[in-house]
Amino acid sequence: MNFLETFKVALEAILSNKMRSGLTMLGVIIGVLAVILLVSIGEGARVYITKELTGLGTNLLIITPGKTTTSGGFHPPSAGTVRKLTYDDAQALRRRAWLLTDAVPIVLGTGRIKFRNLGRDTMVIGTTPEFQRVRNLFIGIGNYVSQNDVDTKAKVVVLGTKVKEELFGDQNALGQVVMLSDARYRVVGVMQKKGTSLGWDVDDVIFIPVTSGQDLFSTDSLFEILASTPRAEDVERAIAQIKDILIKRHAHKEDFTIQTQGAMLSTMDTILGVLTAVLGGIAGISLLVGGIGIMNIMLVSVRERTREIGIRKAIGARNSDIMAQFLIEAITLSGVGGVIGIILGVGLALLIPLFVTVLPTSVSLWSIAMAFSFSMAVGVFFGVYPARKASLQDPITALRYE
Amino acid sequence: MIELRDISKNYRMGELDICALCGVSLSVKQGELIAVMGPSGSGKSTLMNVLGCLDRPTGGTYTFEDREISAMSDDELAHVRNAKIGFVFQSFNLLPRFTALKNVEMPLVYSGVPGRLRTERAIPVLEKVGLQDRMFHKPTELSGGQQQRVAIARALVNRPPLLLADEPTGNLDSRSGAEILNILSDLNHQGVTIMIVTHDHDVAARCKRIINLKDGQVVGDRLRT
Ligand SMILES: Nc1ncnc2c1ncn2[C@@H]1O[C@H](COP(=O)(O)OP(=O)(O)OP(=O)(O)O)[C@@H](O)[C@H]1O
Ligand SMILES: [Mg+2]
Repeated sequence: MNFLETFKVALEAILSNKMRSGLTMLGVIIGVLAVILLVSIGEGARVYITKELTGLGTNLLIITPGKTTTSGGFHPPSAGTVRKLTYDDAQALRRRAWLLTDAVPIVLGTGRIKFRNLGRDTMVIGTTPEFQRVRNLFIGIGNYVSQNDVDTKAKVVVLGTKVKEELFGDQNALGQVVMLSDARYRVVGVMQKKGTSLGWDVDDVIFIPVTSGQDLFSTDSLFEILASTPRAEDVERAIAQIKDILIKRHAHKEDFTIQTQGAMLSTMDTILGVLTAVLGGIAGISLLVGGIGIMNIMLVSVRERTREIGIRKAIGARNSDIMAQFLIEAITLSGVGGVIGIILGVGLALLIPLFVTVLPTSVSLWSIAMAFSFSMAVGVFFGVYPARKASLQDPITALRYE
Repeated sequence: MIELRDISKNYRMGELDICALCGVSLSVKQGELIAVMGPSGSGKSTLMNVLGCLDRPTGGTYTFEDREISAMSDDELAHVRNAKIGFVFQSFNLLPRFTALKNVEMPLVYSGVPGRLRTERAIPVLEKVGLQDRMFHKPTELSGGQQQRVAIARALVNRPPLLLADEPTGNLDSRSGAEILNILSDLNHQGVTIMIVTHDHDVAARCKRIINLKDGQVVGDRLRT
């Protein structure tokens, strides 16, 4: 008996009991759908974060005070005893680390910005002009903080679009004077609109010269130094150069950490890869439950069709023919369920981002292939026992079965 | 053609050992038409099942066309059932979800005959049993006599040399029974060896040889003259 014939017989059996076959398939459908959907959400998060991190500017190096042995990850906690990073450190890098195109000192804090009777708590970033290039954030109207502003500790501020809108609405903000923690600052520019990046709103920020920032937060240290190299191949050498310069300045101690964007990327990639695998695994359990459903129905079906098995054997069906018939029936149930699940899963995964914009999804071919082969495997695994049970029936006992 | 030597079939019922067949020996020649008779529970069906390779005897040897059946594997037995022996049951045993034609084609499926050829071979057999206009009916849409004729067509489609019928007319009225009997005796004239289990003396009267069973033993085996 050939495969096509057996397949037809199996299909006929499935179609003759549509309700039951449908419900059995539903278990597999939901399982496969869950696998595809959850994996696509995990993958989507990965793709999104990778894109955002890459968007931070190419070949970015982040120098933070304090030493951690962990590579990658975000900012390490700065211990109180370590020596701080200073504006002069940044200046030294700028002058002497010739592999770096930029070395941007950064102070970070929050402050209350007021214009007339309107006030807003916002993030304050103290920087130098090169910040624009390093972080891919550019001035929209007016001017960004200039080197002269930095040198003279000028009380000038550049507004993110959101801050500008909140305080000024449609009015022109350039040249206006705002209050920032009891000091008067003059607005010299407004940034381009950028939107949310990695969970924080880059439009809800204001920029001031780094030196003015140190005054504002009463500190002589930096939050971090952002550096960049023009070429990816130079990253390793640039790190060595930075270490060389800073260690000499820091009493021959390496009390700072240099993170590369590549290390951050791979850390995030690992974390999100594990997350995706966990999500997929949880969904896989529901697929397994669907498989048990198939086994259950197949056992019922074998019992119900005992007489049919007897008749088929009486007219010459071999054990392997009966085995194939029931096995193919189980695999067809799970296979068709798998295909339906894939269609629904991919459809939903493509629809979700249209309605829930914070949930980017990415349907990968491997998750489809995996879900499908897994559902087929479930059919084989849970089909073998009932099919074997059917095939080993004694013909005369099966014929007598009522 | 058939050689049974000391065939027995025992069933264990708790402590007891019931023998449904207790040392049956007989031989059947090509082209015979035999009636198997005996009281209820005498072992007629058990004998037919053993002959039809549906059941394995617990003792003795069974030789069919010079081949030792008792030594065969499950797959070899399936082949014998498929190609060498047609079996007709009292209760028809058709597959209810399939049409008469599909039912008749079924043995050909298991002998690996491709689809179109199966239909080509099944149709003349259905015509032979007079069902050319009922081919696409399902068993539930057929009378008992018609169902039994489908079953006979199914048993014949692979042109087996031996046809076994266990009370083929038992569930039928006398007119349908007579039709079935006519078909069987026609077949016998064409050379098919036939064994029929029956309680009906009129049926037996049409057979050349009558085997009588009682308590699992052959108590009579005579040729009618
Ligand atoms: N599966 C079984 N388990 C136990 N005993 C059985 C089994 N099948 C048959 N028997 C016994 O074997 C004996 C012969 O049964 P069999 O069916 O061959 O009789 P029969 O001659 O065909 O009777 P009938 O004319 O009523 O059909 C009976 O005593 C029966 O109880
Ligand atoms: Mg009987």
